[in-house]
Amino acid sequence: MGDFKLMKGNEAVAEAAIRAGCDGYFGYPITPQSEVIEYLMAQQPEKRTGMVVLQAESETASINMLYGGAGAGKRVMTTSSSPGISLMAEGISYMAGAELPCLLMNVVRGGPGLGTIQPSQCDYFQTVKGGGHGDYRMFVIAPASVQEMSDFVKIGFDMAFKYRNPAMILSDGVIGQMMEKVELFDPIPRRTDAEVIAECPWATTGKTPDRERNIITSLDLDSLKQEEHVMHLKAKYEAMQKEVMFENIMTDDAEYIYVAYGSSARICQKAVDMARAEGIKVGLLRPITLYPFPEAELLRLASQVKGMLAVEMSLGQMVEDVRLAVRGKIKVEHYGRVGGMIHSPSQVLEALKSQIIGG
Amino acid sequence: MADVTLDVWKDIITPENQVYRRTPVMTMKELSYCPGCGHGTAHRMLAEVIEEMGIQSETIGIAPVGCSVLAYEFLNFDMQQAAHGRAPALATAIKRLWPNRYVFTYQGDGDLAAIGTAETIHACNRGENIVIIFVNNGIYGMTGGQMAPTTLPGMKTSTSPYGREAILMGNPLRITELVAALPGTYYVSRHSVHKPGNVRKLKKAIRIAFENQKENKGVSFIEVVSNCNSGWKMTPVKSNEWMEENMFPFYPLGDIKVDGKLVREL
Amino acid sequence: MTEEIIIAGFGGQGVLSMGKILAYSGMMQGLEVSWMPSYGPEMRGGTANVIVIISDSRISSPVLTEFDTAIILNQQSLDKFESTVKPGGVLIFDPNGIIKPPTRKDITIYTIDATKKSSDLGLSKIFNMIVLGSYLKVKPVVTDQFIKAGLEKSLPTRHHSLIPENVKAVEIGREFVTSYTV
Repeated sequence: MGDFKLMKGNEAVAEAAIRAGCDGYFGYPITPQSEVIEYLMAQQPEKRTGMVVLQAESETASINMLYGGAGAGKRVMTTSSSPGISLMAEGISYMAGAELPCLLMNVVRGGPGLGTIQPSQCDYFQTVKGGGHGDYRMFVIAPASVQEMSDFVKIGFDMAFKYRNPAMILSDGVIGQMMEKVELFDPIPRRTDAEVIAECPWATTGKTPDRERNIITSLDLDSLKQEEHVMHLKAKYEAMQKEVMFENIMTDDAEYIYVAYGSSARICQKAVDMARAEGIKVGLLRPITLYPFPEAELLRLASQVKGMLAVEMSLGQMVEDVRLAVRGKIKVEHYGRVGGMIHSPSQVLEALKSQIIGG
Repeated sequence: MADVTLDVWKDIITPENQVYRRTPVMTMKELSYCPGCGHGTAHRMLAEVIEEMGIQSETIGIAPVGCSVLAYEFLNFDMQQAAHGRAPALATAIKRLWPNRYVFTYQGDGDLAAIGTAETIHACNRGENIVIIFVNNGIYGMTGGQMAPTTLPGMKTSTSPYGREAILMGNPLRITELVAALPGTYYVSRHSVHKPGNVRKLKKAIRIAFENQKENKGVSFIEVVSNCNSGWKMTPVKSNEWMEENMFPFYPLGDIKVDGKLVREL
Repeated sequence: MTEEIIIAGFGGQGVLSMGKILAYSGMMQGLEVSWMPSYGPEMRGGTANVIVIISDSRISSPVLTEFDTAIILNQQSLDKFESTVKPGGVLIFDPNGIIKPPTRKDITIYTIDATKKSSDLGLSKIFNMIVLGSYLKVKPVVTDQFIKAGLEKSLPTRHHSLIPENVKAVEIGREFVTSYTV
């Protein structure tokens, strides 16, 4: 049993990083997630665990510091918000190509461009479908509470190392900025250098005479070899499918369901309560991992319910995956405020009524 | 006849007669650089210093994007290959996370002085405890001879086919002098590899750089002014002459900063 | 029990920290809590607001557009949030600087002259705690004991000497809150 604290989502991530045995955090301030590096700097984790924290000169430098650190076998992470993640896209692609584990978090704000600093979920495509160049995927997990902001740091690191691949916590301004009760997990000690070397025999930790040199690169000028490599990545992403996580809220007898992640899932939960009070049988399917996506569960629900409303603070991004999952069996529509505006539970309920039930 | 020859060899092949030996810190892979290029010699000096210091198992190198992108094919220790220009960011993290390892970057002028300027300046300004080896040939060699930030005024490249015109294309950047002005650099020195004496000086400088790192002195930054006979469209011999006549006046050889103190005007 | 509150005023009035102390106190009492601030340029002047939810069950949406209680500390916030109080809900406001007072008749309205009280006492820093006291009188969602515990948790140790002053401010708020008739 850990200790309870009232924390901002961003602070919970920072504290969880220290407790998860993170070796290095490299980041650059951007609203609405600067509390992560502020909290870390205030905590002086180099004294608590020996963790390195560095404010880099840019997001570009941050992600490349991660590349270096991860390539040397260390548990490294960075956090940013939408425009900063765009700058990191190149590095993320390189890390996926070089098969480097790292933990990233995007506390999404409204775009495109400099957009707004208010909450949004408009980076789903960027996160789940690519962002950087090339055929790659990230493990993507979307917290809907401050508790999950903390817990998912541990899961994110575990997945990153299990699959030697970048993992992303896809959060948003609501979850990052809000405070809730959080039970912090017990600290996991940082690995010793010997443990790093044992766990990551592929890493550039120094070529000892008993092994060949290790090379971290995403380059292969021989296309046949590069094809083999990409097919190897494909197999890895397929294996990753078994890590899918989702939450069913009152879906057992539901005639309609909301599909929503992150803060939209919280808002939909309230709308479910409101709808149920009116006698409408509504449930909520909350994807917890966005990659892998709970396709099978959505397909199962498609044979039970009359329609689904994907609620996300975007013009409709995840809704495409919901439609693919249900294979045209039922009506799937999208509702969401954009530009940093947050839909209210009553707007979400109204949208269900007009677009799905009456539509 | 054959037996006699063998006997002769036996007499000659003795340790005291050995004048050249391949360093085991380089791999058996044949270099992919153009004949006449300076990269191979610079690699070898680096590898020899690492061998002589006995730090092969403690060294982590960073290869850039550019002609030396495949440096990891030739150097026999752990290496990472960085995105274009980002090598100092990688080196920063590796050194901070593995403070007891020797970490260096090996970068060209396009990589270090154009796309990677921010990472170069900030790693140098933070005084990261790393070695930066900067090979400057005044041109983008790998992509086929385009203008680099270091291209001299009037110099013809595929993107300045009538010669670099400063008013339109900017002036060549002496980034080595720039980083020498920063408090985080401890040793800044400029060399070449076109003559045996220069090669020996470079090796000495690389040794100083790694010794500095051992003592946590901050950034040691070594520029190697080199030719690019392919990009310059000259024979190797001609390109070395051209380098002496044109490159060296603009990029003068020698120490710029030693033991944290400037030893000549910037 | 679920209590959904909006607290709104000028940046610098202690809106966010009042919400934080309330949320901490609720947590110390074993309740579920959430605290969702407006963030961004508002932090540096202009208006600030925070939504605090206190409940004995899992909190769904931390973002709301209707509230059980609105605690209003300036005219802009009154203009913006009076209409968001649920029918039958509560609005508490500080009359300082209010030129267009609330007009709704389907809610219960209170005033607390915390600006004046705190300046009379020469303690402008405890202004927000006077407001909090007035709220707790109207809606005793958290007991005194836990308010003190909440203060201890939310204030850095170096400011713990100020806790008695803050507790006293809560008392003043309780004492001076008055009903307001439209």
